[in-house]
Amino acid sequence: MAKSLGPVKRKFSPWTDPNAVPFIRFENITKRFGDFVAVDNLTLDIYEREFFSLLGPSGCGKTTLMRMLAGFEEPTEGRILLQGQDIRGVPPYRRPTNMMFQSYALFPHMSVEKNIAFGLEQDNMPRGEINARVQEMLKLVKLEQFAKRKPNQLSGGQRQRVALARSLAKRPKVLLLDEPLGALDKKLREETQFELMDLQQTLGMTFLIVTHDQEEAMTVSDRIAVMDKGIIMQVATPAEIYEAPNSRYVADFIGDINIIEGKIADTASALGAPGTVKIESDGLSIAVDQECQAVKGDHVAFAVRPEKVRISPDAPADPSVNAFYGEVWDIGYLGDFSLFIVRSEDGRFMRAAQANVSRLVDRPITFEDRVWLTWPRDAGLVLTR
Amino acid sequence: MANVVAEANPATGTGGPSWTRWLVVAVPYIWLILFFVAPFLIILKISFSDTAISIPPYTPLFQGFGAIGDFFSQLDFENYIFLTEDPLYIWSYLSSLRIAAISTLLLLLIGYPMALAMARAPTSIRPTLVMLVILPFWTSFLIRVYAWIGILKPDGLLTLLLQTIGLMGPDQQVQIFRTDYAVFIGIVYSYLPFMVLPLYAALEKMDHSLLEAASDLGCPPWKAFWKITFPLSLPGVIAGSMICFIPITGEFVIPDLLGGADTLMIGKTLWTEFFGNRDWPLASAVAVILLIMLVIPIMIFQNQQKKVA
Repeated sequence: MAKSLGPVKRKFSPWTDPNAVPFIRFENITKRFGDFVAVDNLTLDIYEREFFSLLGPSGCGKTTLMRMLAGFEEPTEGRILLQGQDIRGVPPYRRPTNMMFQSYALFPHMSVEKNIAFGLEQDNMPRGEINARVQEMLKLVKLEQFAKRKPNQLSGGQRQRVALARSLAKRPKVLLLDEPLGALDKKLREETQFELMDLQQTLGMTFLIVTHDQEEAMTVSDRIAVMDKGIIMQVATPAEIYEAPNSRYVADFIGDINIIEGKIADTASALGAPGTVKIESDGLSIAVDQECQAVKGDHVAFAVRPEKVRISPDAPADPSVNAFYGEVWDIGYLGDFSLFIVRSEDGRFMRAAQANVSRLVDRPITFEDRVWLTWPRDAGLVLTR
Repeated sequence: MANVVAEANPATGTGGPSWTRWLVVAVPYIWLILFFVAPFLIILKISFSDTAISIPPYTPLFQGFGAIGDFFSQLDFENYIFLTEDPLYIWSYLSSLRIAAISTLLLLLIGYPMALAMARAPTSIRPTLVMLVILPFWTSFLIRVYAWIGILKPDGLLTLLLQTIGLMGPDQQVQIFRTDYAVFIGIVYSYLPFMVLPLYAALEKMDHSLLEAASDLGCPPWKAFWKITFPLSLPGVIAGSMICFIPITGEFVIPDLLGGADTLMIGKTLWTEFFGNRDWPLASAVAVILLIMLVIPIMIFQNQQKKVA
């Protein structure tokens, strides 16, 4: 996508710099468990101070990839470079990575402060320094008054903070977070996500997070790698992943989207306007502003997010605009948004989301209304994969 | 009746009339009173009695409530005083405790690695391994101890094996049978499942990610064993040790069949008093002291467990 995709969180994009040296490099990594291929010839670069997410459904290989970096699994093929050093054969207890476990894995027979001090004690740090660091960590996660408690005397959220403090205590070069917030309720999860981002900025560490929660990945990450069946489908910033998915899989995995299968009817040259393609799908004709490798007759998918589709009871004034006519089949009221599911005469469905800008008393559009869905030529995109 | 209805109120969480609940609680207590407290009181009474040439071989006998004052006046601590005067009994107690302590330590040293290996084995073969540990119970305990005689006696299977593989000359014989060594072998063999199973139960439920976390934080595996695995298996270690130590202290069959004349154990002494000397009151006193000796440390331990929890 040549087009700029709006503002990113902060000015930080070492991946666009051809001279930047990756901090972590997965090089042609394959991992097999018996016949099962968990990770399939995967190559990935992660840069220093990056907040990187591995996102995918369970069983896609994201956790395996992280465990190989931590040293709990060795790749079957390929190598992992950390700051240019091949770390094959280095046991977990000598790797400069620390992990926050999905189950937290807190030592049940040790108090909170003992748990946090555990890693520091392994390095034979002087007692005074350990105590100072433990206090600092307790303050960081706001658990000072719980220092003497055992893990089973804490709530889920507090345990998660202890786990975070313990994994941060050694100031690892890379912090690995395995589904770190899975056990928390939504509100606490969102709060913690922002705290994690603040922490990562303040401490200047590289964070690698494994999650199946796309919202979480979108919120916290500099870049996201979307994985499926052991391969990476796309690596990009959250905005790019959302606005410019490179495949049906990524488009469908992240957020809500309308996908219409069709054929290329015309390409730019034929239409006269450069960078425009026309898609034909059983009588529905869609024009898209997009440079596209596909040629006439190719099977492609057209994808457009529901919030970019406008819904109106009136026919569009300009007949050349992309439009879909049908009957309101279902309405999903989500509070901030209403999702309209519209069924065309030939039985196809399309969804449009509308922000509920005013308090809902009388719905302007309701069930069984005949409506027009319209979207501009730059709202959607053509997917060839 | 109103009370019963109130008790059965679903708001209290438990249904059913109160007497059924009372019954459920009472059954184990009735069992304990009938088969533990009552026999113990009888033994206690006999231990305060005097030996007599009669059936039963002690006096006084309970003659009804009319003569109850007379009955109590004949009870005394004579047998207990005798126990402290004859060093045989004190030595028997101490020797029993020594054998039980050494055996328990040996059982821990052998059982812990076994239990750990079982707990770390693939999930699919664990039931088989547990089965194998329980398998000896399918044969009578007595027969298994007898089998050890066949193995350990001077012209037994062990001698034959060592002679066959050339570790021992044809004129040499294994001199283990009827020694303390044979008693230790017999005890460790017989009690191993009782040590392995509680240890396995404690180790098996341990979360493997704890060891990964320890390793991740820079702790090598051998250190992680002492800092994580062992402390977390302590309940199993204590349970296994108790289950083994207590019955070993009172063990009779194994020292009788495998031990020598000089193997002194309180179980053997007890047997001799009861059946050899027919001195029921003294034998009862020996049994009561043994019980007190074992119950007091358990009570102290349990009290401390409660404080920890």
